[in-house]
Amino acid sequence: MTSPLRIPGILRPAEISLTFEGETLRAPEGESLAAALLAAGKRHLGDGPHAPRGLLCMMGVCQQCLVRVEGRLVQACLTPVRDGMWVTAA
Amino acid sequence: MTVVWDIAVLGAGPAGMAAATEAAQRGAKVVLLEESPAPGGQVYRAPPPGFVMPTDADRRAGDGLRAALAASGAALRLGVRIWGVGGGPLVPAGDAPAPFRLDGLDAEGRPFDLTARTLLLCTGTQERIIPFPGWTLPGVMGLAAATILLKAQGMLPGRRVVVAGAGPLLYAVAAKLLKHGAAVAAVVDLASHGEWWRALPALSARPDLLARGAAWRAQLLLKGVPVHAGARIAAAEGVAVLEAVRLQKLQAGPERRIEADSLCIGHGLVPAIEASRAFRAQHRYEPGLGGWVPVLDAEFRSSVPGLLVAGDGAGLRGAAAAPASGRIAALAALRDLGLMSSITHAKACAPHKLDFAQAARAGGAMAAMMALRPALVAAIPPETLVCRCEGVTRAAIDAALDEGALSMNQLKQFSRCGMGPCQGRLCGEAAAELLARRVGGREAAGFATGRLPLRPVPMDALLGEFDYADIPVPAAAPI
Repeated sequence: MTSPLRIPGILRPAEISLTFEGETLRAPEGESLAAALLAAGKRHLGDGPHAPRGLLCMMGVCQQCLVRVEGRLVQACLTPVRDGMWVTAA
Repeated sequence: MTVVWDIAVLGAGPAGMAAATEAAQRGAKVVLLEESPAPGGQVYRAPPPGFVMPTDADRRAGDGLRAALAASGAALRLGVRIWGVGGGPLVPAGDAPAPFRLDGLDAEGRPFDLTARTLLLCTGTQERIIPFPGWTLPGVMGLAAATILLKAQGMLPGRRVVVAGAGPLLYAVAAKLLKHGAAVAAVVDLASHGEWWRALPALSARPDLLARGAAWRAQLLLKGVPVHAGARIAAAEGVAVLEAVRLQKLQAGPERRIEADSLCIGHGLVPAIEASRAFRAQHRYEPGLGGWVPVLDAEFRSSVPGLLVAGDGAGLRGAAAAPASGRIAALAALRDLGLMSSITHAKACAPHKLDFAQAARAGGAMAAMMALRPALVAAIPPETLVCRCEGVTRAAIDAALDEGALSMNQLKQFSRCGMGPCQGRLCGEAAAELLARRVGGREAAGFATGRLPLRPVPMDALLGEFDYADIPVPAAAPI
């Protein structure tokens, strides 16, 4: 799935399919889940106390990009996407 | 019989890669542990497998370190999350010094542990973001996050971006955004023009870095990007996600509204000291090095025998200085382990000490520019969230301070600030500065005691196959 955020001129692996909150998204295999969600326009990844959560530090520090993959809590920024991944907001 | 490593290196950025390479080449049994799927650290972060990107200077420097590491014979454990540190001085009082022990989860989430005779921490930095109204809106991200997206993922953070904060990353990110076709709506630099001019003499120690910085500025000028010097982001606005930012000169004055779908903001970098804190090593507060740093000798030994700290985690000096510090620390460890004579050690160390001094001068000037600016903390409005994990506002922190919290530990206990999943790594700087204003400085405010786990760990990963049915139930006592 082309996204205006993916920089052209970069050779990427073949695209795979994943779902976020039931919606099917496509992304090159191995792309960071946080980046794949951003590219698909999914910026609101869940809710913390009194505030929404989204991609913030991209390096595993802030815990703001927590989502569930197959029901298990992960940091989206440290998780590569793979085919058939089932992702829900945490 | 489990392996006892001579040296365990925590963190595979430029310092960790160089340290592991140096030690392994000289015959030590070295293991290098890294949270990311590939070595490189944040500055030299490698793209995922199968992504082929045009190479630039950072990529070449990173690839050089990676190639040397791969050829060195050091063992690499990637995608691991080290949550526990122990052994060394953490053994019960009276016991003989034991090897260091690390507990972690491997890439598949399975628990493992290892022991090492010395431990070298190369854990780098994390970004400081001082809270402002609207900073929790999706679309607001760190400057370092933006560089990772651009460099490692080939992804723009947005189509119309405001880049704000302090330090050279501002111009690096802005130039990269322009190069890849994003609109940079504004660069909002906390530093005044005068601060940049004053940094020039120190930067001239590294003409290559100076030239790169000048090229970044020239591109902004060429594309007509407005650069607001001596200015800050007063607020981010939007209904569900970021739609606009408001900026203001530091000396007050009118606010200006700029529409943007992305705000990349960073107020400097802070050494990541959670592991050295957990070992109860001595630390000192050094704003010019990013904040609290471990007390180290000239070869990066901490106050804890066998524990060394190198790279930006030892104090901000930049990526160019990091490999030299890693090598000096690795050589010190080899010397202390008796794996190297003092003559060989002195000879091997000398060139790296020269390299380090030169690169550290330029890096130090940048670090000074990225030092915390208390005015930003003073400007946090009462209703703004400071601790996002636990939902603690500035007003709640002030209330805890009014109630008599006198240390970071007390502030945490009174308000829950820093008690959530990030363990104060995001809110700690702002909270400590708010406390420091009451107790007479950051030294007096101190830092929260280092606690395990260093990273969040799922309970089932620790318990393994354990089930309640496995608990032996004693036979009922006779009545």
